[in-house]
Amino acid sequence: MKYVLMFAETAQYAEDFAAMTDAERQAAYDEVGRWFTDHAARITHHVHLKPAHTATTMRKVDGHAEVTDGPFVEGKEIVSGFVEIEVANLDEALVVARTWPACPIIEIRPADA
Amino acid sequence: MSGPRDELSRVVRDQAGRLAASLTHLLGDFSAAEDLVQDAIEAALRRWPVEGVPDRPDAWLFTVARNRGLDVLRRQARYREKLTQLQWPTREEPDDRLRLLFTCCHPALPRQAQVALTLRTICGLTTGQIAAAFLVPESTVAQRITRAKRKITDAGIPYRIPSDSELPERLQEVLTVVYLLFNEGYLSSTGDGVWSRRLAEDAEWLASSLAWTLPREPEVIGLLALIRLHQARAAGRFDADGRIVLLPDQDRERWDHAAIAEAGQLIARAAASGRPGPYQLQAAIVACHAEAPRWEDTDWAQIVVLYDMLLAIAPSPVTRLHRAIALRYRAGPEAAMHELDGLAGHLDRYPLFHATRAELLRALGAPEEAREADRRALDLTANPAQRAILEDRISWT
Repeated sequence: MKYVLMFAETAQYAEDFAAMTDAERQAAYDEVGRWFTDHAARITHHVHLKPAHTATTMRKVDGHAEVTDGPFVEGKEIVSGFVEIEVANLDEALVVARTWPACPIIEIRPADA
Repeated sequence: MSGPRDELSRVVRDQAGRLAASLTHLLGDFSAAEDLVQDAIEAALRRWPVEGVPDRPDAWLFTVARNRGLDVLRRQARYREKLTQLQWPTREEPDDRLRLLFTCCHPALPRQAQVALTLRTICGLTTGQIAAAFLVPESTVAQRITRAKRKITDAGIPYRIPSDSELPERLQEVLTVVYLLFNEGYLSSTGDGVWSRRLAEDAEWLASSLAWTLPREPEVIGLLALIRLHQARAAGRFDADGRIVLLPDQDRERWDHAAIAEAGQLIARAAASGRPGPYQLQAAIVACHAEAPRWEDTDWAQIVVLYDMLLAIAPSPVTRLHRAIALRYRAGPEAAMHELDGLAGHLDRYPLFHATRAELLRALGAPEEAREADRRALDLTANPAQRAILEDRISWT
Protein backbone atom coordinates (compact mmCIF):
# COMPACT_ATOMS: atom_id res chain seq x y z
CA MET A 1 0.00 0.00 0.00
CA LYS A 2 1.04 3.58 -0.62
CA TYR A 3 1.12 5.87 2.40
CA VAL A 4 1.85 9.58 2.63
CA LEU A 5 3.70 10.70 5.74
CA MET A 6 2.93 14.36 6.34
CA PHE A 7 5.41 16.10 8.61
CA ALA A 8 4.20 18.97 10.76
CA GLU A 9 6.22 21.47 12.74
CA THR A 10 5.19 23.13 15.96
CA ALA A 11 6.06 26.62 17.20
CA GLN A 12 8.24 25.02 19.90
CA TYR A 13 10.10 22.93 17.35
CA ALA A 14 10.80 25.98 15.16
CA GLU A 15 12.08 27.91 18.20
CA ASP A 16 14.34 25.05 19.29
CA PHE A 17 15.67 24.74 15.76
CA ALA A 18 16.36 28.48 15.52
CA ALA A 19 18.23 28.38 18.84
CA MET A 20 20.67 25.68 17.63
CA THR A 21 24.30 26.39 16.76
CA ASP A 22 25.35 25.90 13.14
CA ALA A 23 27.06 22.62 14.08
CA GLU A 24 23.94 21.34 15.83
CA ARG A 25 21.80 22.31 12.90
CA GLN A 26 24.15 20.52 10.53
CA ALA A 27 23.98 17.40 12.72
CA ALA A 28 20.19 17.55 12.56
CA TYR A 29 20.26 17.82 8.76
CA ASP A 30 22.68 14.89 8.64
CA GLU A 31 20.27 12.77 10.67
CA VAL A 32 17.46 13.57 8.26
CA GLY A 33 19.79 12.69 5.37
CA ARG A 34 20.55 9.33 7.01
CA TRP A 35 16.82 8.67 7.45
CA PHE A 36 16.25 9.19 3.72
CA THR A 37 19.15 6.85 2.92
CA ASP A 38 17.92 4.18 5.39
CA HIS A 39 14.42 4.14 3.89
CA ALA A 40 15.36 4.85 0.28
CA ALA A 41 13.99 1.47 -0.84
CA ARG A 42 10.51 2.35 0.37
CA ILE A 43 10.34 6.04 -0.47
CA THR A 44 8.65 6.60 -3.81
CA HIS A 45 8.33 10.37 -3.68
CA HIS A 46 9.27 13.21 -1.39
CA VAL A 47 8.67 16.94 -1.24
CA HIS A 48 9.90 19.52 1.21
CA LEU A 49 7.67 22.59 1.37
CA LYS A 50 8.78 26.23 1.60
CA PRO A 51 8.08 27.90 4.96
CA ALA A 52 4.51 28.51 6.07
CA HIS A 53 4.56 32.27 5.31
CA THR A 54 4.78 31.45 1.60
CA ALA A 55 1.43 29.65 1.68
CA THR A 56 -1.81 30.88 0.15
CA THR A 57 -5.16 29.33 0.94
CA MET A 58 -8.26 29.28 -1.23
CA ARG A 59 -11.60 28.53 0.40
CA LYS A 60 -14.57 27.84 -1.79
CA VAL A 61 -17.73 29.11 -0.13
CA ASP A 62 -21.06 28.95 -2.00
CA GLY A 63 -19.34 28.75 -5.36
CA HIS A 64 -17.26 31.81 -4.51
CA ALA A 65 -13.48 31.43 -4.13
CA GLU A 66 -11.97 33.36 -1.24
CA VAL A 67 -8.20 33.70 -1.28
CA THR A 68 -6.26 34.45 1.91
CA ASP A 69 -2.62 34.47 2.90
CA GLY A 70 -1.05 31.79 5.11
CA PRO A 71 -1.49 28.04 5.53
CA PHE A 72 -4.94 26.45 5.77
CA VAL A 73 -4.25 25.31 9.32
CA GLU A 74 -4.13 28.54 11.23
CA GLY A 75 -2.92 26.85 14.38
CA LYS A 76 0.49 26.16 15.83
CA GLU A 77 1.15 23.13 13.67
CA ILE A 78 2.29 23.62 10.11
CA VAL A 79 2.81 20.97 7.47
CA SER A 80 6.42 21.25 6.35
CA GLY A 81 6.76 18.44 3.84
CA PHE A 82 5.64 14.98 2.85
CA VAL A 83 7.00 11.64 1.81
CA GLU A 84 5.26 8.91 -0.10
CA ILE A 85 6.26 5.36 0.83
CA GLU A 86 5.31 1.90 -0.40
CA VAL A 87 4.89 -0.64 2.42
CA ALA A 88 2.62 -3.63 3.16
CA ASN A 89 0.41 -2.15 5.87
CA LEU A 90 -0.04 0.52 8.53
CA ASP A 91 2.27 -1.18 11.02
CA GLU A 92 5.14 -1.04 8.53
CA ALA A 93 4.37 2.62 7.84
CA LEU A 94 4.51 3.22 11.60
CA VAL A 95 7.90 1.54 11.82
CA VAL A 96 9.26 3.91 9.15
CA ALA A 97 7.63 6.97 10.73
CA ARG A 98 8.94 6.08 14.19
CA THR A 99 12.55 6.60 13.13
CA TRP A 100 11.92 10.04 11.58
CA PRO A 101 14.48 12.27 13.35
CA ALA A 102 13.05 15.77 12.74
CA CYS A 103 9.78 17.63 13.38
CA PRO A 104 7.53 16.06 16.00
CA ILE A 105 4.15 15.42 14.31
CA ILE A 106 3.54 12.97 11.50
CA GLU A 107 0.18 12.25 9.93
CA ILE A 108 0.09 8.89 8.17
CA ARG A 109 -2.52 8.35 5.51
CA PRO A 110 -3.00 5.78 2.80
CA ALA A 111 -2.94 7.19 -0.72
CA ASP A 112 -4.69 5.77 -3.74
CA ALA A 113 -2.19 4.02 -5.93
CA MET B 1 -31.74 -25.98 33.49
CA SER B 2 -30.20 -23.19 31.50
CA GLY B 3 -32.22 -21.49 28.77
CA PRO B 4 -31.27 -20.88 25.13
CA ARG B 5 -29.92 -17.42 25.97
CA ASP B 6 -27.59 -18.73 28.70
CA GLU B 7 -26.40 -21.47 26.41
CA LEU B 8 -25.84 -18.96 23.60
CA SER B 9 -23.90 -16.68 25.98
CA ARG B 10 -21.66 -19.57 26.93
CA VAL B 11 -21.02 -20.74 23.37
CA VAL B 12 -20.48 -17.19 22.09
CA ARG B 13 -17.98 -16.43 24.83
CA ASP B 14 -16.07 -19.65 24.25
CA GLN B 15 -16.25 -19.70 20.47
CA ALA B 16 -17.05 -16.30 18.90
CA GLY B 17 -13.47 -15.08 18.96
CA ARG B 18 -12.22 -18.38 17.58
CA LEU B 19 -14.86 -18.35 14.87
CA ALA B 20 -14.12 -14.76 13.85
CA ALA B 21 -10.39 -15.48 13.95
CA SER B 22 -10.63 -18.54 11.71
CA LEU B 23 -12.89 -16.74 9.22
CA THR B 24 -10.60 -13.70 9.18
CA HIS B 25 -7.59 -15.91 8.72
CA LEU B 26 -9.11 -17.54 5.66
CA LEU B 27 -10.86 -14.57 4.09
CA GLY B 28 -8.14 -12.09 4.91
CA ASP B 29 -10.97 -9.65 5.54
CA PHE B 30 -11.69 -8.62 9.10
CA SER B 31 -14.97 -6.82 8.40
CA ALA B 32 -16.56 -9.59 6.38
CA ALA B 33 -15.61 -12.26 8.93
CA GLU B 34 -16.89 -10.23 11.84
CA ASP B 35 -20.22 -9.56 10.10
CA LEU B 36 -20.70 -13.26 9.42
CA VAL B 37 -20.24 -14.14 13.10
CA GLN B 38 -22.61 -11.38 14.25
CA ASP B 39 -25.24 -12.51 11.76
CA ALA B 40 -24.97 -16.05 13.07
CA ILE B 41 -25.33 -14.89 16.69
CA GLU B 42 -28.37 -12.82 15.83
CA ALA B 43 -29.90 -15.79 13.99
CA ALA B 44 -29.35 -17.93 17.10
CA LEU B 45 -30.99 -15.25 19.28
CA ARG B 46 -34.10 -15.52 17.09
CA ARG B 47 -34.19 -19.23 16.39
CA TRP B 48 -32.95 -21.09 19.46
CA PRO B 49 -35.80 -19.92 21.73
CA VAL B 50 -38.25 -21.26 19.10
CA GLU B 51 -36.47 -24.31 17.68
CA GLY B 52 -34.52 -25.32 20.78
CA VAL B 53 -30.77 -25.34 21.35
CA PRO B 54 -29.02 -27.47 18.73
CA ASP B 55 -26.97 -30.51 19.80
CA ARG B 56 -23.70 -28.90 18.77
CA PRO B 57 -24.28 -25.17 19.20
CA ASP B 58 -20.77 -24.17 18.16
CA ALA B 59 -21.00 -26.14 14.91
CA TRP B 60 -24.46 -24.64 14.33
CA LEU B 61 -23.07 -21.10 14.61
CA PHE B 62 -20.19 -22.00 12.35
CA THR B 63 -22.47 -23.51 9.69
CA VAL B 64 -24.77 -20.49 9.71
CA ALA B 65 -21.81 -18.08 9.48
CA ARG B 66 -20.33 -20.11 6.64
CA ASN B 67 -23.60 -20.36 4.73
CA ARG B 68 -24.25 -16.64 5.10
CA GLY B 69 -20.76 -16.07 3.79
CA LEU B 70 -21.61 -18.18 0.77
CA ASP B 71 -24.82 -16.20 0.19
CA VAL B 72 -23.07 -12.87 0.43
CA LEU B 73 -20.05 -13.91 -1.59
CA ARG B 74 -21.80 -16.06 -4.18
CA ARG B 75 -20.59 -13.81 -6.95
CA GLN B 76 -17.05 -13.81 -5.69
CA ALA B 77 -15.79 -17.19 -6.78
CA ARG B 78 -12.33 -17.08 -5.28
CA TYR B 79 -13.80 -16.52 -1.80
CA ARG B 80 -16.35 -19.24 -2.33
CA GLU B 81 -13.71 -21.83 -2.92
CA LYS B 82 -11.91 -20.78 0.23
CA LEU B 83 -15.09 -20.79 2.31
CA THR B 84 -16.11 -24.28 1.30
CA GLN B 85 -12.72 -25.52 2.48
CA LEU B 86 -13.44 -24.31 6.02
CA GLN B 87 -13.97 -27.05 8.63
CA TRP B 88 -15.38 -26.91 12.14
CA PRO B 89 -13.85 -27.41 14.62
CA THR B 90 -10.94 -25.53 13.15
CA ARG B 91 -7.41 -26.64 13.70
CA GLU B 92 -6.37 -25.16 17.04
CA GLU B 93 -4.44 -21.99 16.30
CA PRO B 94 -4.11 -20.19 19.62
CA ASP B 95 -2.46 -17.20 17.96
CA ASP B 96 -5.46 -16.41 15.76
CA ARG B 97 -7.62 -14.95 18.49
CA LEU B 98 -4.69 -13.00 19.87
CA ARG B 99 -4.04 -11.57 16.42
CA LEU B 100 -7.67 -10.47 16.31
CA LEU B 101 -7.35 -8.83 19.73
CA PHE B 102 -4.34 -6.82 18.57
CA THR B 103 -6.28 -5.73 15.47
CA CYS B 104 -9.24 -4.57 17.57
CA CYS B 105 -6.94 -2.68 19.96
CA HIS B 106 -4.72 -1.09 17.32
CA PRO B 107 -3.55 2.36 18.48
CA ALA B 108 -4.77 3.90 15.22
CA LEU B 109 -8.35 3.28 16.43
CA PRO B 110 -10.02 5.52 19.02
CA ARG B 111 -10.21 3.98 22.49
CA GLN B 112 -14.01 3.71 22.56
CA ALA B 113 -13.93 1.89 19.24
CA GLN B 114 -11.25 -0.48 20.56
CA VAL B 115 -13.50 -1.38 23.48
CA ALA B 116 -16.63 -1.81 21.36
CA LEU B 117 -14.82 -3.80 18.70
CA THR B 118 -13.21 -6.14 21.26
CA LEU B 119 -16.54 -6.81 22.97
CA ARG B 120 -18.27 -7.47 19.70
CA THR B 121 -15.61 -9.44 17.86
CA ILE B 122 -13.83 -11.35 20.62
CA CYS B 123 -16.56 -11.62 23.25
CA GLY B 124 -19.45 -11.84 20.77
CA LEU B 125 -21.68 -9.15 22.35
CA THR B 126 -24.25 -7.54 20.06
CA THR B 127 -24.30 -3.77 19.54
CA GLY B 128 -27.43 -3.65 21.70
CA GLN B 129 -25.66 -5.35 24.59
CA ILE B 130 -22.62 -3.09 24.31
CA ALA B 131 -24.87 -0.03 24.20
CA ALA B 132 -26.71 -1.23 27.33
CA ALA B 133 -23.46 -1.86 29.19
CA PHE B 134 -22.06 1.61 28.52
CA LEU B 135 -25.39 3.45 28.57
CA VAL B 136 -25.01 4.99 25.12
CA PRO B 137 -27.47 4.81 22.23
CA GLU B 138 -27.20 1.66 20.13
CA SER B 139 -26.78 3.80 17.00
CA THR B 140 -23.65 5.33 18.57
CA VAL B 141 -22.10 1.92 19.17
CA ALA B 142 -23.06 0.76 15.68
CA GLN B 143 -21.48 3.87 14.18
CA ARG B 144 -18.27 3.47 16.20
CA ILE B 145 -17.96 -0.14 15.04
CA THR B 146 -18.72 0.71 11.41
CA ARG B 147 -16.15 3.53 11.38
CA ALA B 148 -13.53 1.36 13.07
CA LYS B 149 -14.04 -1.50 10.62
CA ARG B 150 -13.79 0.89 7.71
CA LYS B 151 -10.57 2.31 9.11
CA ILE B 152 -9.10 -1.18 9.58
CA THR B 153 -9.62 -1.83 5.88
CA ASP B 154 -8.88 1.62 4.47
CA ALA B 155 -5.86 2.47 6.61
CA GLY B 156 -4.35 -0.98 6.11
CA ILE B 157 -4.34 -2.04 9.76
CA PRO B 158 -2.87 -5.55 9.61
CA TYR B 159 -4.18 -8.72 11.23
CA ARG B 160 -1.03 -9.77 13.08
CA ILE B 161 0.69 -10.11 16.41
CA PRO B 162 3.18 -7.25 16.80
CA SER B 163 6.88 -8.08 16.65
CA ASP B 164 8.90 -8.25 19.87
CA SER B 165 10.09 -4.66 19.51
CA GLU B 166 6.54 -3.33 19.09
CA LEU B 167 4.95 -5.66 21.63
CA PRO B 168 5.45 -3.74 24.90
CA GLU B 169 3.65 -0.65 23.58
CA ARG B 170 0.96 -2.54 21.68
CA LEU B 171 0.35 -4.87 24.58
CA GLN B 172 -0.24 -1.76 26.66
CA GLU B 173 -3.23 -0.86 24.46
CA VAL B 174 -4.69 -4.35 24.78
CA LEU B 175 -4.23 -4.43 28.56
CA THR B 176 -5.81 -0.98 28.87
CA VAL B 177 -8.92 -2.17 27.03
CA VAL B 178 -9.22 -5.28 29.21
CA TYR B 179 -8.67 -3.16 32.32
CA LEU B 180 -11.35 -0.65 31.19
CA LEU B 181 -13.81 -3.47 30.57
CA PHE B 182 -13.15 -4.87 34.01
CA ASN B 183 -13.47 -1.50 35.74
CA GLU B 184 -16.75 -0.87 33.97
CA GLY B 185 -17.98 -4.27 35.12
CA TYR B 186 -16.50 -4.12 38.63
CA LEU B 187 -18.20 -0.90 39.62
CA SER B 188 -20.34 0.07 36.72
CA SER B 189 -20.88 3.77 36.14
CA THR B 190 -24.32 2.79 34.89
CA GLY B 191 -25.24 0.41 37.70
CA ASP B 192 -26.88 -2.19 35.47
CA GLY B 193 -26.26 -5.36 37.46
CA VAL B 194 -26.55 -8.06 34.83
CA TRP B 195 -24.44 -6.59 32.06
CA SER B 196 -21.82 -5.12 34.33
CA ARG B 197 -21.20 -8.54 35.87
CA ARG B 198 -20.94 -9.99 32.38
CA LEU B 199 -18.32 -7.36 31.45
CA ALA B 200 -16.21 -8.23 34.48
CA GLU B 201 -16.34 -11.91 33.53
CA ASP B 202 -15.47 -11.12 29.92
CA ALA B 203 -12.48 -9.09 31.09
CA GLU B 204 -11.31 -11.95 33.31
CA TRP B 205 -11.68 -14.37 30.44
CA LEU B 206 -9.72 -12.09 28.08
CA ALA B 207 -6.97 -11.63 30.67
CA SER B 208 -6.64 -15.37 31.20
CA SER B 209 -6.58 -16.03 27.42
CA LEU B 210 -3.80 -13.45 27.10
CA ALA B 211 -1.85 -14.99 29.99
CA TRP B 212 -2.22 -18.40 28.35
CA THR B 213 -0.76 -17.14 25.07
CA LEU B 214 1.84 -14.74 26.50
CA PRO B 215 2.95 -16.51 29.71
CA ARG B 216 6.21 -14.57 29.90
CA GLU B 217 4.72 -11.07 29.98
CA PRO B 218 4.67 -10.04 33.66
CA GLU B 219 2.11 -7.26 33.17
CA VAL B 220 -0.34 -9.69 31.55
CA ILE B 221 -0.02 -11.97 34.57
CA GLY B 222 -0.25 -8.93 36.85
CA LEU B 223 -3.53 -7.84 35.25
CA LEU B 224 -4.94 -11.36 35.50
CA ALA B 225 -3.98 -11.50 39.21
CA LEU B 226 -5.55 -8.07 39.78
CA ILE B 227 -8.85 -9.11 38.18
CA ARG B 228 -8.89 -12.50 39.97
CA LEU B 229 -8.33 -10.80 43.34
CA HIS B 230 -11.22 -8.40 42.82
CA GLN B 231 -13.45 -11.21 41.61
CA ALA B 232 -12.45 -13.34 44.62
CA ARG B 233 -13.87 -10.68 46.93
CA ALA B 234 -17.07 -10.19 44.91
CA ALA B 235 -19.31 -12.23 47.24
CA GLY B 236 -18.48 -9.92 50.14
CA ARG B 237 -18.92 -6.63 48.31
CA PHE B 238 -22.70 -6.44 48.18
CA ASP B 239 -25.36 -7.33 50.73
CA ALA B 240 -28.60 -9.20 50.00
CA ASP B 241 -30.26 -5.95 48.86
CA GLY B 242 -27.48 -5.14 46.39
CA ARG B 243 -26.00 -2.42 48.60
CA ILE B 244 -22.23 -1.95 48.72
CA VAL B 245 -20.55 -3.30 51.86
CA LEU B 246 -17.42 -1.25 52.61
CA LEU B 247 -14.12 -3.09 52.97
CA PRO B 248 -13.85 -2.86 56.80
CA ASP B 249 -17.36 -4.34 57.16
CA GLN B 250 -17.04 -7.15 54.62
CA ASP B 251 -17.40 -10.73 55.81
CA ARG B 252 -14.00 -12.11 54.83
CA GLU B 253 -15.30 -15.66 55.23
CA ARG B 254 -17.24 -15.10 52.02
CA TRP B 255 -14.16 -14.30 49.97
CA ASP B 256 -12.79 -17.02 47.70
CA HIS B 257 -9.59 -17.81 49.58
CA ALA B 258 -8.41 -20.46 47.12
CA ALA B 259 -8.59 -17.88 44.30
CA ILE B 260 -6.76 -15.34 46.49
CA ALA B 261 -3.95 -17.85 47.11
CA GLU B 262 -3.71 -18.60 43.37
CA ALA B 263 -3.56 -14.89 42.56
CA GLY B 264 -0.73 -14.58 45.09
CA GLN B 265 1.18 -17.22 43.15
CA LEU B 266 0.55 -15.34 39.90
CA ILE B 267 1.96 -12.15 41.45
CA ALA B 268 5.06 -14.03 42.63
CA ARG B 269 5.52 -15.54 39.16
CA ALA B 270 5.26 -12.09 37.54
CA ALA B 271 7.60 -10.53 40.09
CA ALA B 272 10.25 -13.19 39.34
CA SER B 273 10.75 -11.57 35.91
CA GLY B 274 12.15 -8.46 37.62
CA ARG B 275 10.06 -6.15 35.42
CA PRO B 276 7.55 -4.45 37.72
CA GLY B 277 4.66 -2.54 36.15
CA PRO B 278 1.43 -0.79 37.11
CA TYR B 279 -0.77 -3.89 36.94
CA GLN B 280 1.58 -6.02 39.03
CA LEU B 281 1.78 -3.26 41.65
CA GLN B 282 -1.98 -2.75 41.74
CA ALA B 283 -2.41 -6.51 42.13
CA ALA B 284 0.09 -6.51 45.00
CA ILE B 285 -1.89 -3.73 46.72
CA VAL B 286 -5.17 -5.62 46.40
CA ALA B 287 -3.38 -8.76 47.64
CA CYS B 288 -2.42 -6.89 50.83
CA HIS B 289 -6.14 -6.40 51.51
CA ALA B 290 -7.22 -9.83 50.35
CA GLU B 291 -4.61 -11.65 52.44
CA ALA B 292 -5.28 -9.75 55.69
CA PRO B 293 -7.32 -12.01 58.00
CA ARG B 294 -9.08 -8.97 59.52
CA TRP B 295 -9.36 -5.27 58.55
CA GLU B 296 -7.23 -4.44 61.62
CA ASP B 297 -4.42 -6.66 60.26
CA THR B 298 -4.07 -4.71 56.99
CA ASP B 299 -0.40 -3.96 56.26
CA TRP B 300 -0.81 -0.24 55.54
CA ALA B 301 2.93 0.44 55.62
CA GLN B 302 3.41 -2.07 52.79
CA ILE B 303 0.48 -0.59 50.88
CA VAL B 304 1.93 2.94 51.10
CA VAL B 305 5.29 1.61 49.82
CA LEU B 306 3.54 -0.09 46.87
CA TYR B 307 1.68 3.14 46.05
CA ASP B 308 5.00 5.01 46.12
CA MET B 309 6.41 2.52 43.61
CA LEU B 310 3.27 2.83 41.47
CA LEU B 311 3.51 6.64 41.49
CA ALA B 312 7.15 6.43 40.43
CA ILE B 313 6.16 4.37 37.35
CA ALA B 314 2.76 5.84 36.54
CA PRO B 315 2.07 9.15 38.30
CA SER B 316 -1.61 10.08 38.42
CA PRO B 317 -3.85 12.14 40.72
CA VAL B 318 -6.18 9.16 41.27
CA THR B 319 -3.26 7.01 42.46
CA ARG B 320 -2.17 9.83 44.78
CA LEU B 321 -5.69 9.91 46.19
CA HIS B 322 -5.55 6.19 46.97
CA ARG B 323 -2.13 6.58 48.54
CA ALA B 324 -3.59 9.33 50.73
CA ILE B 325 -6.32 6.91 51.87
CA ALA B 326 -3.65 4.36 52.86
CA LEU B 327 -1.66 7.11 54.55
CA ARG B 328 -4.64 7.89 56.75
CA TYR B 329 -4.31 4.48 58.42
CA ARG B 330 -0.55 4.68 58.75
CA ALA B 331 0.03 8.33 59.66
CA GLY B 332 -3.41 9.68 60.60
CA PRO B 333 -6.12 11.83 59.01
CA GLU B 334 -4.14 15.08 59.15
CA ALA B 335 -1.33 13.69 56.98
CA ALA B 336 -3.91 12.31 54.54
CA MET B 337 -5.79 15.63 54.45
CA HIS B 338 -2.56 17.43 53.67
CA GLU B 339 -2.10 15.16 50.63
CA LEU B 340 -5.69 15.76 49.53
CA ASP B 341 -5.25 19.53 49.68
CA GLY B 342 -2.54 19.18 47.06
CA LEU B 343 -4.95 17.33 44.74
CA ALA B 344 -7.88 19.73 44.89
CA GLY B 345 -7.31 21.27 41.46
CA HIS B 346 -6.96 17.88 39.74
CA LEU B 347 -9.88 15.85 41.03
CA ASP B 348 -12.76 18.30 41.47
CA ARG B 349 -15.00 16.18 39.23
CA TYR B 350 -14.06 12.84 40.80
CA PRO B 351 -16.67 11.66 43.36
CA LEU B 352 -14.23 9.53 45.40
CA PHE B 353 -12.11 12.63 46.03
CA HIS B 354 -15.02 14.37 47.75
CA ALA B 355 -16.17 11.20 49.55
CA THR B 356 -12.64 10.73 50.93
CA ARG B 357 -12.46 14.37 51.99
CA ALA B 358 -15.77 13.91 53.77
CA GLU B 359 -14.44 10.94 55.74
CA LEU B 360 -11.28 12.78 56.72
CA LEU B 361 -13.21 15.93 57.71
CA ARG B 362 -15.44 13.77 59.90
CA ALA B 363 -12.38 12.19 61.53
CA LEU B 364 -10.95 15.67 62.07
CA GLY B 365 -14.13 16.87 63.78
CA ALA B 366 -15.69 19.01 61.03
CA PRO B 367 -19.11 17.37 60.41
CA GLU B 368 -20.65 20.34 58.58
CA GLU B 369 -17.86 20.51 55.99
CA ALA B 370 -17.97 16.72 55.76
CA ARG B 371 -21.65 16.75 54.83
CA GLU B 372 -20.95 19.40 52.20
CA ALA B 373 -18.23 17.19 50.68
CA ASP B 374 -20.57 14.17 50.68
CA ARG B 375 -23.20 16.21 48.83
CA ARG B 376 -20.61 17.19 46.24
CA ALA B 377 -19.69 13.49 45.82
CA LEU B 378 -23.37 12.58 45.46
CA ASP B 379 -23.82 15.16 42.70
CA LEU B 380 -21.06 13.47 40.72
CA THR B 381 -22.08 9.81 41.21
CA ALA B 382 -24.31 7.86 38.82
CA ASN B 383 -23.91 4.37 40.30
CA PRO B 384 -26.99 3.62 42.46
CA ALA B 385 -25.11 1.50 45.03
CA GLN B 386 -22.57 4.28 45.59
CA ARG B 387 -25.36 6.85 45.79
CA ALA B 388 -27.08 4.80 48.50
CA ILE B 389 -23.97 4.91 50.70
CA LEU B 390 -23.55 8.65 50.29
CA GLU B 391 -27.24 9.34 50.91
CA ASP B 392 -27.05 7.27 54.11
CA ARG B 393 -24.05 9.18 55.34
CA ILE B 394 -25.59 12.57 54.67
CA SER B 395 -28.78 11.75 56.56
CA TRP B 396 -27.15 10.04 59.57
CA THR B 397 -24.18 12.20 60.36
